[in-house]
Amino acid sequence: MHQFSFEPVSFPPAAEALRGEVRAFIAEEVANGTFTPSKNSWSSFDAGFSKKCGERGYIGMVWPKKYGGHERTALERYVMTEEMLAGGAPVGGHWVADRQSGNQILKNGSERARATILPKICSGECYFAIGMSEPDSGSDLAAVRTRAVKAEGGWKISGTKVWTSNAHRSHYLIALVRTAPKEEDRHAGLTQFIIDLSHPGVTVRPIYNLYGGHDFNETVFDEYFVADDMVMGGVGQGWKMVTGELAFERSGPDRFLSTYQLLAQSIRELGAEPDDRAANEIGRFVAHLATLRRMSSSIAGQLQKGAQPAVEAALVKDIGTTFEREIPETFRHLIPTEPTLGRSESYSELLGMTMLRAPGFTIRGGTREILRGIIARGLGLR
Amino acid sequence: MSAAPMDDSASGSGLRDDLAKTIDRVFETHCARPVRESAEGGQWPAGLWAALEEVGLPLAALPESAGGSDLAFDDAMFALRRTAYHGAPVPLAETMLAGRLLVAAGLKVPAGAITVAPVAVREALRIEGGKLSGNASRVPWGDLCGHVLVAAESGGKEVVALVSTEGASSGVEKNLAGEPRAALRFDATAVIASAPLENASFRLAAEGALYRSVQMAGALERVLEYALAYANERVQFGRPIGKFQAIQHLLAVLAGHAAAASAAAEAAVEASAAAPDEIMVAVAKSRCGEAAGKGAEIAHQVHGAMGFTREHNLHYVTRRLWSWRDEFGNETHWQTRLGRRVASMGADALWPMLTGR
Ligand SMILES: Cc1cc2nc3c(=O)[nH]c(=O)nc-3n(C[C@H](O)[C@H](O)[C@H](O)COP(=O)(O)OP(=O)(O)OC[C@H]3O[C@@H](n4cnc5c(N)ncnc54)[C@H](O)[C@@H]3O)c2cc1C
Repeated sequence: MHQFSFEPVSFPPAAEALRGEVRAFIAEEVANGTFTPSKNSWSSFDAGFSKKCGERGYIGMVWPKKYGGHERTALERYVMTEEMLAGGAPVGGHWVADRQSGNQILKNGSERARATILPKICSGECYFAIGMSEPDSGSDLAAVRTRAVKAEGGWKISGTKVWTSNAHRSHYLIALVRTAPKEEDRHAGLTQFIIDLSHPGVTVRPIYNLYGGHDFNETVFDEYFVADDMVMGGVGQGWKMVTGELAFERSGPDRFLSTYQLLAQSIRELGAEPDDRAANEIGRFVAHLATLRRMSSSIAGQLQKGAQPAVEAALVKDIGTTFEREIPETFRHLIPTEPTLGRSESYSELLGMTMLRAPGFTIRGGTREILRGIIARGLGLR
Repeated sequence: MSAAPMDDSASGSGLRDDLAKTIDRVFETHCARPVRESAEGGQWPAGLWAALEEVGLPLAALPESAGGSDLAFDDAMFALRRTAYHGAPVPLAETMLAGRLLVAAGLKVPAGAITVAPVAVREALRIEGGKLSGNASRVPWGDLCGHVLVAAESGGKEVVALVSTEGASSGVEKNLAGEPRAALRFDATAVIASAPLENASFRLAAEGALYRSVQMAGALERVLEYALAYANERVQFGRPIGKFQAIQHLLAVLAGHAAAASAAAEAAVEASAAAPDEIMVAVAKSRCGEAAGKGAEIAHQVHGAMGFTREHNLHYVTRRLWSWRDEFGNETHWQTRLGRRVASMGADALWPMLTGR
């Protein structure tokens, strides 16, 4: 039976205080001209901004103090992230490290990895990339061919990762690598490694995206040496880590706020007294957004209590990314303009950039089709 | 409330489990197919209604002084949702709603089923010298309920008033689920009781939209359950159709709508414990209405011809979804209202509004 329940979350007073603090910080940065909010928040890289976030304690919020963290609650972190995203803050530098790599290191990394890396992530000066996909391994992630061979004191890795977002600006990458030949269980024999991108044996080359931007890369390993203590968890534990932990990264506010800036700007463009049709569309999006936020925050509250609402989390990503993609498609009808490429900071440029980024929303982090398969499994169909 | 399962002081999920079990039992015993079919034929389902009254459901959320059992509003809405899951062919939502408004206006709640005159269609109802005049159309179960609660204008004020339906019906239409929707004509009809209530007509419409949202969430839960069960049991090409990816993806989308409707309805109920929260009710009626249409479409697609038959039970809930989404204001009505509100506040006020500060 699938009785969905999205019990209300009650944000503790500390979280609400933090909300005000983050909001004021963003307003101040915008006023100072540090950034203009009409950017794509979690894909926007800004080292200076990341450092400020570190200084203010907005990175590694839930991690232990001994690793530079702040031992705050997951709900406080939730509030911080949603405020950053809604405010259009350029959190792209530290985003992956804070959202997933650091958590993985904390749970599965060696003591040396924790002690050397986590404090740097927390100070906003250490960024991570994700090395899962390969030329022949996309949705079928277990097909990865990058290999690690045992060597004295560590492993030697060879192979090619693609679509590694931010690898050219990151200090580390976590790679999913085959450490034992494929057997009947294709998911066995996969291991995650922490790769220091400043070491020899790794080459990062740009792959320009459809609008000519440089976000993702091809990352090639040629007998790259990794020490044993940079193996994550046990050898052969990689699959469990990539699927298990990421399952709950699906319901965060980054899965429905990617086009919030365009929504807000469109409301501004349409003015205080929109016509019926425009009011209707604005109302529809607000209804969707309010509902998504309710679902997402409720899941955050449930996770904090130790529950595991896996199907609900996957549903948030599916309907959240669908919602994100509908925003440009609808407002282009209501605000007649030709979408523009360039740096004009105009509505038509924001619309244009959002349209060009939109295809990625339902691909990154697992395509819509794969996600729906996961939901179907959760519903008992597989 | 008289019966045991609902009046113990249990709270939270224990109480809700009990509520659900009680309701499930009532429907199992008193709402078999012949009852549903005769209700659609215009026969009042007296046995079902009596059973619901026996467990104290219609007035549950009212104070004891008004004949209720002080059940928390959200628990009462949970109960309503469960009756919608069963496709209840009775004016339970209407009676609950009327009771709440009568109490809000300080009036006495009569026994039996009470309906309300929706005000979405702008008929003007007026009271002069204690007599009500005007027309009300599409009044749910208006021919079969003893009383109707209306929002009317009286001496320049908005009031709610209770009148008898006797002799008022001037024609009965049906909604898609075969439930009566009566036209009532009042021609200096004696008012049993009336009292001023701020914004009475909007209040009534918003309450109605809230209850319909809750009902849609409950019906969608059932629709998803039917569709999943059918996908697992119907075999074609040598395997259950649920093994086909196309079907799996349809069901994933249906689940998304059911989940979103549930979240939107719950949020609106919480925000409306005392009186309907305009914004959250607009969110819920819009989102649940959209989910109703899209969800019902998928469920029928998955069921093939079987779902197109009278024999299968799916239609008892899908026909209600197709009706409820248009009652008390459709998606466009509420979205437009919400959109205007947001536009007039300005874009910068949107996020603070959504986060409650
Ligand atoms: C903006 C962006 C950033 C990214 N950043 C990173 C990154 O930092 N690190 C990283 O490792 N990867 C990254 N990726 C890659 C991303 O994880 C993959 O693109 C994704 O997993 C899909 O793989 P693919 O592109 O090879 O598509 P394919 O797997 O080839 O899929 C192509 C199409 O076929 C469909 N399909 C495939 N298999 C099935 C199936 N079994 N059933 C039904 N349909 C199927 C897919 O849904 C899709 O529609 C990024 C991608 C984007 C767009």
